[in-house]
Amino acid sequence: MNKKVGIPRGLFYYQFYPLWRSFFEELGAEIIVSDNTTRKILDDGVKKCVDEACLPVKVFYGHIASLKDKVDYLFIPRYTSISKKEYICPKFGGLPDMIKHNFDGLPEIIDVEVSLRKSKKNSLKAAIKVGKYFSNDTGMIKKAYKNALINYRDFRQQIKSGILTDELLGKKRSVINTQNSKMLNIAVLGHGYNLYDSYTNMDVLTKLKEMGANVTTIDMVDGSIIRENSKYLNKKTFWYFGTKILGSTFYLLDKGNIDGIIYIMSFGCGVDSFVCDLVERNIRRAGNIPFTILTIDEQTGEAGLNTRIEAFIDMIRWRDNYENNISSYGKPIYMR
Amino acid sequence: MKITFPHMGNLYICVKALLDDLNVEYVIPPFNSKKSLELGTRFVPECACLPLKITLGNFLEANELGADTALMAGGCGPCRFGYYCEMHREILADLGINMNVITLEPPNGDIKELFRRVREFTGGLNLFRIFNAVRNATKVAIAVDELERLTFKVRPCEIEKGSVNNIYKQFRKNINKTKGSKDIKELIVETKEELSQVSVDDTIRPLKIGIVGEIYTTIDDYTSFNIQQRLGGMGVEVHRYVTVSDWITEHIIKQSLKLPRDLSYAEAAKPYLGTMIGGHAQETIGNTILYSQKGFDGVIQIYPLTCMPEIVAESILPAVERDYDIPVLTLIIDEMTGETGYLTRVEAFIDLLYRRREKKRIEGKYILSGD
Repeated sequence: MNKKVGIPRGLFYYQFYPLWRSFFEELGAEIIVSDNTTRKILDDGVKKCVDEACLPVKVFYGHIASLKDKVDYLFIPRYTSISKKEYICPKFGGLPDMIKHNFDGLPEIIDVEVSLRKSKKNSLKAAIKVGKYFSNDTGMIKKAYKNALINYRDFRQQIKSGILTDELLGKKRSVINTQNSKMLNIAVLGHGYNLYDSYTNMDVLTKLKEMGANVTTIDMVDGSIIRENSKYLNKKTFWYFGTKILGSTFYLLDKGNIDGIIYIMSFGCGVDSFVCDLVERNIRRAGNIPFTILTIDEQTGEAGLNTRIEAFIDMIRWRDNYENNISSYGKPIYMR
Repeated sequence: MKITFPHMGNLYICVKALLDDLNVEYVIPPFNSKKSLELGTRFVPECACLPLKITLGNFLEANELGADTALMAGGCGPCRFGYYCEMHREILADLGINMNVITLEPPNGDIKELFRRVREFTGGLNLFRIFNAVRNATKVAIAVDELERLTFKVRPCEIEKGSVNNIYKQFRKNINKTKGSKDIKELIVETKEELSQVSVDDTIRPLKIGIVGEIYTTIDDYTSFNIQQRLGGMGVEVHRYVTVSDWITEHIIKQSLKLPRDLSYAEAAKPYLGTMIGGHAQETIGNTILYSQKGFDGVIQIYPLTCMPEIVAESILPAVERDYDIPVLTLIIDEMTGETGYLTRVEAFIDLLYRRREKKRIEGKYILSGD
């Protein structure tokens, strides 16, 4: 019988699932992904997790709770770094430990460190360690990983062509544009797990599309463009997400065909607290592109969120109709 | 050029020693106060951690006193502290304040750039003088931390309550009258002498509590609501591994020179948190274990709201608490923390620890209060 590997639908699922799916399938493991986030999953996570953690981590806990009795292995790699000289949030580095010490009766956890901070070769080493759980044939593992990488690159390529990540991962969106006016280009910035988990962000992306907006995300921006643009920073951030978001912001500002920018952050996110502020400062300096921040947490007041998106889109459309209608918000005033 | 730097507990004493010895003009910002915090909170993103807010407040207050250059330590993550310098720079620029922020770090390992930055504020690059000044400042840092440890020991046992606090307060004030590391070292020796004169009650067997957590909030007395003084006043002996001198010697000097470091905490933390994840998460977990092995009665973890590494530590600590049978109280601080609620929690924790010790002493045959 095939061994069952559980992959929680949270955090890096939205970035690396295609890679690991192909990898595990080739090694003959059966993959079980937890369901889309639901009220129950969120509640279970909130109950288990410390209050101070951010929403995506709590959601991840919930997915673990829903998966743990159905699988032989839980796949929680320890991502400390996925790009050179850069880290991810410290919570990713401690994630397997956090899970291990907070749940009873867990299946075996595949806890392999992925650290590309010093060298890119470490990803293959990590993959071999993961593969050892299913096969002793190193050659086969290497081959599986190579194919997985091809698969992954293909996935990235499709995203760059403008398809949203969650749609590639199986979400169905039948969008009817109810507006008769022109399509807007809205950039939605933020961590993948905040953008594509349509339960926790109350399906912002679909709502935007229904209001007649083309959504651009940072995943659609090419890595080399990001690297190129991040040189505008005085000191490069040492977070993968930080560089990615700031680099894409500079690029989008440069490109100039964006009508508005929305930043989705989760309350208490350490990286976002700095990066979002820097993004806002740079947008304000660059001109008068409308910008708004949506902060999400375990509260579920959907009406408030709808009002804000509607107001944001309306405001942009008004601009087209009355060109003098520019909000005076955002001018810093220093008071003593 | 007038230099300033952020406050962090007694850090100003060793920075003062350093800048005095280098003969640089500088302004020490006013001690951390409600004003510095409020100034900082107004301009810093709300979800940022407390030290960013309070250090920005320091810079703004020092700017009023004429400072135009700020010194800041750097870092390469993943803790947010390494990016403080950039946040300060951006916020000050948007506020229209003309203040240059110098980050003391070799960017991407570029030692030459570090030397250039040092030259920018020392006015020359006499390596011998700089080396000497750094060495003396490190010695000052070690001496100050020893002094602080001494106050931790004496305070719970003093007969006349408040005498240690008075001496310590006077010492922090008198620092301003000194000039140079030599003067400061003398003052430290004098203060130590004074402390040893304090009459103590030898029969007291104080509770022992270890303080762990994020470095700024544990070291800085203003941000932690003087928890160390207050615990001392309640007759508790506190201990803290993380200190300014430890940070300088272990993390900056030994790490950059690749000397062997004291990693007993990492060893202890290994089964719970296998990798370094930045900040002081490993220290928090490792030191909690070390405290329990040394027979401490309890541990208090302090960290600023949204601190990423400490959240990881906090989620793992319950397992340590259970495995090593040591009570842990977690206190989280931000600008909204109310002092009374905070102290009530500390007092309740202390009461429980006394109870626990008593219960152990009479081997479980304890009586409920009121019996």
